[in-house]
This record gives sequence, structure tokens and C-alpha cells, in this order.
Amino acid sequence: MTDQQQMDLRHDEVEAGTQTGLASPSVDVTESRQNSLWSDAWGELKRNPLFWIGAVLCLLFVLMAIVPQLFARGADPRACDLANSKALPSADHWFGYDVQGCDYLANVVHGARNSLLIGVFAVVVVLVLGVVVGAVAGYFGGVTDGVLSRIADIFYALPLILGALVLLRVGPATDIPIINSRGPGAVALALALFGWMTAMRLVRSQVIAVKSSDYVAAARAMGASNGRILVRHILPNAVAPVLVYTTITIGVLIAAEATLTFLGVGLQRPAISWGLQIAMGEDSIRSAPHLVLFPSLVLTLTVMAFIMMGDALRDALDPRQRA
Amino acid sequence: MGRYVARRLLLTIPVLLGASFLIFGMVYALPGDPIRALAGDRPVSPAVVEVLRERFHLNDPLWVQYWEYLKGLFQGDLGTDFRGRPVLDTIERTLPVTVKLALVAIVFEAVIGLVAGVLAGIRRNSFFDNLVLVSTTLIVSIPILVLAFVAQLLFGLKLGWFPIAGTREGLYSYLLPGLVLASGSLAYVARLTRTSVAENLRADYVRTARAKGLPNRTVIVRHTLRNSLIPVVTFIGADIGTLLGGAIVTETVFNLPGIGREVFDSVRAQEGAVVVGIVTLMVFFFIFFNLVVDVLYAVLDPRIRYD
Repeated sequence: MTDQQQMDLRHDEVEAGTQTGLASPSVDVTESRQNSLWSDAWGELKRNPLFWIGAVLCLLFVLMAIVPQLFARGADPRACDLANSKALPSADHWFGYDVQGCDYLANVVHGARNSLLIGVFAVVVVLVLGVVVGAVAGYFGGVTDGVLSRIADIFYALPLILGALVLLRVGPATDIPIINSRGPGAVALALALFGWMTAMRLVRSQVIAVKSSDYVAAARAMGASNGRILVRHILPNAVAPVLVYTTITIGVLIAAEATLTFLGVGLQRPAISWGLQIAMGEDSIRSAPHLVLFPSLVLTLTVMAFIMMGDALRDALDPRQRA
Repeated sequence: MGRYVARRLLLTIPVLLGASFLIFGMVYALPGDPIRALAGDRPVSPAVVEVLRERFHLNDPLWVQYWEYLKGLFQGDLGTDFRGRPVLDTIERTLPVTVKLALVAIVFEAVIGLVAGVLAGIRRNSFFDNLVLVSTTLIVSIPILVLAFVAQLLFGLKLGWFPIAGTREGLYSYLLPGLVLASGSLAYVARLTRTSVAENLRADYVRTARAKGLPNRTVIVRHTLRNSLIPVVTFIGADIGTLLGGAIVTETVFNLPGIGREVFDSVRAQEGAVVVGIVTLMVFFFIFFNLVVDVLYAVLDPRIRYD
């Protein structure tokens, strides 16, 4: 039981006007803290080089998304001169020029914002959908669980890229807000709509695992409502696996966004995006391979940053791995 | 066992129907008139438009259209595209390419993934083990789109070892795209095998086998591997279903005329019947191989009994 849950239990007891002693912690948790899961995990993380590589890369790309000017070496991504078309990388222009003769470093650097924005926004929607549906399915069980789980199965059977591809192709002609915008919001929503199922299954199994534990029974006996039991006593147990999943999924979703944009249904020009750059570069892959390589490299590093951090987090949060 | 399989089969029906209806709904909810789009600039007489609309059930509400589609499906009729070609013919033409690609990918995944995983698991914390750990992290992080381009650029254009695109050189043209398609699962198989082997090496029955004085080879091959491979075999089995449906990017970049590229082209051209037909097939593969694997689990691991 975490400290938070013990305190909540005490709070429930006071609210219910009972004094069973069930909820009183034997040690005063506020005074002498035992090592919690989180402080153990942090100790573990600190010693993992993979975590630090991932974290530094992550910070770098977040900074790049917020203030791209810092990294563009004074070049404007939209100031182009056709005379420079497809010029190779040089000491002054590290990434060379693209087909339109725009400085490629500036373009690649400015692409970070859309990628991170879509990755983070999509993962937030995935979490909201996954946690709500998963918690309801796991907690109430029975028919509710059956129906919600089958719906998740249906979405699970459709490959993420394929589902989002169809939705984004059809989207602009419909009158559904955001989905018909052809912008970052549409891409993020499409990805979330076909990507929430794993989060749902994760939360559902965690809820089922702790639903029948003693402290949940105690909270219920003291008259806590379903909502309170779910939010204060059951869901905190799912935080660790969900956090690992979230970190890795941001990376996966960023890759999926680039893929959809490459396939022509994601972001559209004149937006600046790595997927668009790779698609443009494909046409001149023989004469100017750097046009595909640089956005690919930066995209890969971004995805890698999140996956490395997620891997390190999983190792740190899983006590079985500790010797 | 029989009852379990029957129950699972029953449960797949709503999933299959739901997934195909989901795609059907998205494709046909599309406003705009495909008949007019088909005719382009040439004027079409209203009578022709009306006949075509009637033939493709475009005047009916969505659920009637879906019901008509299902009726056809159960008679082996997947409908026709707007040029009158049966969707079934399109699938017959493109499916063999995807099946070959998936088989090549499965072979790569199984052979390389298993060997790397077993060697890493036996010698934990050795140089090779760490190499496997780092390289699998790298491979998993490279988006398949990027991997496809880099492989094409490096092995196709620069080194010239493999054909760049197309299927003209027979099975040989499938090697590079197959490896690209397999990469993610390959890394996963290596990780899974490594963990499983390392765990089983510490099991009591392995200690017993060693205590009996069995040679190291026998202990590893007959006792450890046999038990460690159960989760790996089942993962690879389920992955066949995923690979058959997940080859859109690989087939597009390497220009392989399989169902992945066909479905992508059809989505762009708004060929609804082709999209729904192929996606339904992909969903069927996915569900089918998952079911097979669940049953296989009980066959491979006698501790599991479904009753």
C-alpha cells in the first residue's frame, strides 16, 4: 500500500465516523519514510546510462520544439533560393539545401515542434481513453467488461497505420471538427483513436488484480463510493506500468505520424514536418540522399530517446529484476 | 479443449463483423459522389449515374449497404471496384506477393532472433549479450519507414547487393524488404528468447539435470531450450497475422505489388470495395493466427488446460 492510499484510507475512516483501526498505519508515514517504490526506482534510474542518454536527447528535442531558432544557426527555413537547390552539406550549411533551395538544417530543426506536439497530444488522448475505459471495464466486470473488451478487440484487430490512414483520408470531406482540419490535431486524434487499446488492457488488468485486495474491501466497508475507490485506491497501482507504456508510446506515435505524413494523409505542406521532408527527399534519393537521411536521422533519435527512457523506467520499476 | 475452441470461435465473430463494419462505415460515410469522380470531366447521362448508383447500393442507408455487402461476402462475392473488376481477382493477384514477403520475414525473424536470443541468454552479461541488448534497442527505435529507405539506399543503390524495388528477380527481390519488415519483431524475438532462456537456466529441473551429470549440451538443448521456446514460438505464430496486415510501408517503399500497397492505393483512389475487402481479410488473418496460437499454447505446454 502506498503512503497516499494509507492516508486516504484514514480519511475515509474519519469521514465514515468509524474507528476500526484497520486503516491506522503502524508507522507514522509522514515522519520516517520507508523507501518507496519511487525512491528505489530513482536510485536505479540514476545508475542507468540508457536513461541518461534518453533524457538528454529528450530535453534537446523539447528545447528544439520550443525555440528552434537556437539550433537553426541563424537560417530561416522559409527563406529559399532556387540556385541552391539540392546543394550538398557544407561547413556553413551543415545539412545542405533542399529541392527548393531552403537551408535544410533550419527545416529539419523546425520539424521537431509538429512531431513532439502530435506525439504528446496523441498520448494524452490515448491515456484518457485507455484509463477511463480500462478502469470502468475492470472495476464493474460482467457485461460492461464484456462489451468494452470486445470493442477494444475490434480496434486491436485493425493495424494502427491502416485505421488512421483511412480515417485521415476520409476526414477532410466530413464535418467532424478537428478530424476535418488536415492539421496536427487531426493526425493526433486519428492515432489515438486506433491506439488506445493497449493502455485500456493495461489499466483493466491492474484494476482486476487489486480490486479484491483487503484495503479496497476496507474502503468499501467504510462507505467510500465507487468513484472514490477507483480514483484513490485502485488507479494509483496502475501508475507505474502506465508511465512506462506512455513514455515508449510517445516514441511509437511520433514514428507513426511521420509514416502517415509520408504516405500523404498526415500533415500537408506548407507545414514543416519530418514525414514531408522524407517524402520530398524520396524523389531525389539518387542525386541527393542527404535529403532523406537527415530528417530520418533526427526522427530516429527522437523515437529512440523515448524508447530508451521507457526501457530504463521499466527496468527500474520492476523489482523482480533487482538482484 | 473442444469447448474452448468453440467459445473462442464464437467470440471472433463479433470482432470480425465489428472491425469490417468500422472500416465500411469510415469508407462509405465519405461524402461526395464516386460515380461523378469516376466520370471525371466527361458528361455522364443521369440514367447511367442512376444505374451505377443502384448497382453499388449508393442510394441506401449505411446499414443496408453493409447488409448487402455481407450477403455477398458469404457467397464469396466481395463486390467489384468502380471499373467493374471483381475485388476477389485483385486479392488473388496481390495476396501471393504479401504471403511471400511475410514468409521471408518470418524466416529472418525466427532464425536470427532465436540464435541471437539463445546465445545471449546462455552467456548472460557477456560481451555478446550486451551487444544484443544494445542493438535490439537501436533496431526497435528505427521507424520502419527510415529503415526501408536506409536499406534501399545502402544495399540497393550504393552496394548494389539487392534489387532496389519490384519483384522481377523472384525470391531474391524479397530478401531486403523481408528483412526490413522483420526487423522490429526480430529484435523482440531476440529479447524474449534471451529472457526466457536466462530464466529457465536457473530452474530447478536444470539443476537436477546438471546434478545427474548430463553433458552441458544436453542440458541446454533438451532441457532449457525446449521449455524456453514456448513463448517464442507462440509470438512468432501470432506475428504471421500481424505481418500479413502490416506491410503497407515496406511494400510501398520497395514497390512490391502486395495487398498492403494495394490497400494504400485504394484508400487514395477511394476504391471503397477494395479497401473494405482487403482490410476484412487482414483482420481475419490477425484473428485467425491469434486463435491458432492460443490453442497451440495448450499443445506445447501441458500445464495449460482449457476446460
